[in-house]
Amino acid sequence: MEFLLVSLLNGLSYSLLLFLLSAGLTVVFSLMGVLNFAHASFYMLGAYLGFQISLWAGFWSALVLAPLAVGALGMLVERHLLRAVHRRGQTAELLLTFGLAYLIAEAVQLLWGRSALPFHPPAALEGPLFSLYGSAFPAWRAFMMALALAMLVAIALTLRYTRVGLIVQAAFTHPHMVEALGHDVPRIFMWTFGAGAALAGLAGVIGGSAFVTEPGMAAAIGPIVFVIVVIGGLGSLPGAFIASIAVGFIQTFAVGFDFAVAGVSVAQAAPVLPFLAMVLVLLFRPSGLLGNRAD
Amino acid sequence: MTSRRFQWIAFAALLAAPPLFFEGGFALTLASQAGIAIILALSYNMLLGQTGLLSFGHAVYAGLGAYAAIHAMKLIGAGSLPFPVALLPLIGAVAGGTVAVLLGYVSSRRGGLTFAMISLGIGEMVHAAAALFPALFGGESGITADRAGMRVTTSVADTVAIAAQLGLDFSSAHAVCWLIAAWTLASALAMYGFTRTPLGRLANAVRDNPERAAQIGVDPRRVRWLVMIAAGAFAGIAGSLSAILFEIVSAENLGTPASVAMLIAAFIGGTGAFFGPVAGALVYTLMSSAVAAVTPAWPMYLGALFILIVLKAPGGLASILVDARQSGIYGRFGSAVMGLSVVSALAVLAGFVGLVESAYALAGSPGTAAGWLATLPGGRATGVVLSAALLMAGREIRHRLAARRPMPPNAAALPEHAA
Repeated sequence: MEFLLVSLLNGLSYSLLLFLLSAGLTVVFSLMGVLNFAHASFYMLGAYLGFQISLWAGFWSALVLAPLAVGALGMLVERHLLRAVHRRGQTAELLLTFGLAYLIAEAVQLLWGRSALPFHPPAALEGPLFSLYGSAFPAWRAFMMALALAMLVAIALTLRYTRVGLIVQAAFTHPHMVEALGHDVPRIFMWTFGAGAALAGLAGVIGGSAFVTEPGMAAAIGPIVFVIVVIGGLGSLPGAFIASIAVGFIQTFAVGFDFAVAGVSVAQAAPVLPFLAMVLVLLFRPSGLLGNRAD
Repeated sequence: MTSRRFQWIAFAALLAAPPLFFEGGFALTLASQAGIAIILALSYNMLLGQTGLLSFGHAVYAGLGAYAAIHAMKLIGAGSLPFPVALLPLIGAVAGGTVAVLLGYVSSRRGGLTFAMISLGIGEMVHAAAALFPALFGGESGITADRAGMRVTTSVADTVAIAAQLGLDFSSAHAVCWLIAAWTLASALAMYGFTRTPLGRLANAVRDNPERAAQIGVDPRRVRWLVMIAAGAFAGIAGSLSAILFEIVSAENLGTPASVAMLIAAFIGGTGAFFGPVAGALVYTLMSSAVAAVTPAWPMYLGALFILIVLKAPGGLASILVDARQSGIYGRFGSAVMGLSVVSALAVLAGFVGLVESAYALAGSPGTAAGWLATLPGGRATGVVLSAALLMAGREIRHRLAARRPMPPNAAALPEHAA
């Protein structure tokens, strides 16, 4: 029972982190048509910059400054690289962001070395928030969940109910009309991409301190985030939410199980399960859970 | 036509030269690796260039082909499988193709971005699953086999394997290099032939406009699937050759980095021309071996080259040559503008290399060039300033040149023309 409850909470906090990442990816995709392969790399940069800034100015400054720095980098990338290939379509943009991910992985190893960094949550939140039947639930996990939820609600409200959200959405669907109304559409795209990068950076500060900060973290979580987007249906935010919860729970719970199927224990098979889930979903629903049928 | 024939003769000469002129050593290993990389890049381009499928998981087919080959090698070595080593790639081809029948069924329904993401997921799945079955995949250390003294003894196989009758002994790197060269030429010819089949043409149609292809009664999914099977089989050939060459196959052969290497090689070389990926495979092999020998920064240069190609020459190195010929730059060779253009490009390159090398030296992993920079009066700082100055000056000159020149003919478009 206590295993179940604590696993449930751990699974939920991990799921929310995954959703923070996949939401950023989905929002940028549905507002700009860009599938950002470097999204997980921005996550990794957030973790590394967060670590660096926390050494100089403390953790709380890092939580604010690192996402801003990653967002600024995202804006530079949009302005100077992505914009140049936008005209050539989605595959060109994917290839460009892929190249960028390759460079960021190399740059991170150059700047911070190949081993994991000692990046931890602040001492104030390291203790347990409460104990359930002797199993402690860390306060940091609770904070992580609250922050992720707050960010997601903020995005949803901004996009839905504010003037800025309206213009950003219209910039993708009716760029000429928005331009005619006096808005600078390329600049809107730059800010949108920057915001997506900043979100990934924020997830990086949270995830890097909660789990691990090492050069392989982007390559480890990137495919998972892509799998979530495929399972949920490309471009669907509710789909990404359902898939994040499902994948987060699958990964958390599988590790705790110790029965075996065909000589392979479930715990060992944990890394395979999200991908297997993707294949199963694709077999029965080719456009993902909530995706529309058009390609 | 003659130009095409000349290209093939040059290609065959390129493959035959290393084993003709070298007896052993680094050059032969490099040539063998290049041959494998060429098959992989060409096979990858059946997907990207010809069918418009951007894959992040093509190593699955090469890797599983390699595993099939290494298990067969072990059986041959134990004397329980009468099969000529020279024909092992056939086993790899069957394995790669069969796996593509299964995985292609799942992933071929969509093209575009969805296909790219699914291929990444499937690649990760197979890589992770390999760790679950150590008996088949050898766990951390992989599966090893010994090709030394492998000959075919049974009479049935002898009639099949001319190589075995000649007594070719694959313990020498020399014989393996010949074997790889022969398979590379045969595979490249077969893949070129594929582009001229009805299926190859339909693949182009599906790449350019899947809706229109569907309208005229061609099922895009079926075409993608069939091309994936063919490409998987060729990747399996390359995988088996790497099993013969290295005598070891591990889960690394299946992973995303291996797939990414194929993508980079094919794209840098150029997906629009048949021989483009060959050039890319050569560049990739040189970068990962020769350049890697003098600087730890080689992945940085490879990544920068990739981004530069995406931005400036989406048709790859092949399209740069074609563009240069079409725009008559060859005619103006030796002119002042041409000279300045080349000199400024070299200045930008030298400046960039200088800065990157200085950065790596600062981070504690200096390459050979960083050693030279440190010998300058004033040491590393002078190197940085000089490199930055070169980079800025070169850029400035190129900007001014670009402002004077009429726009060059548009570089070959990406495989995806739909946008």
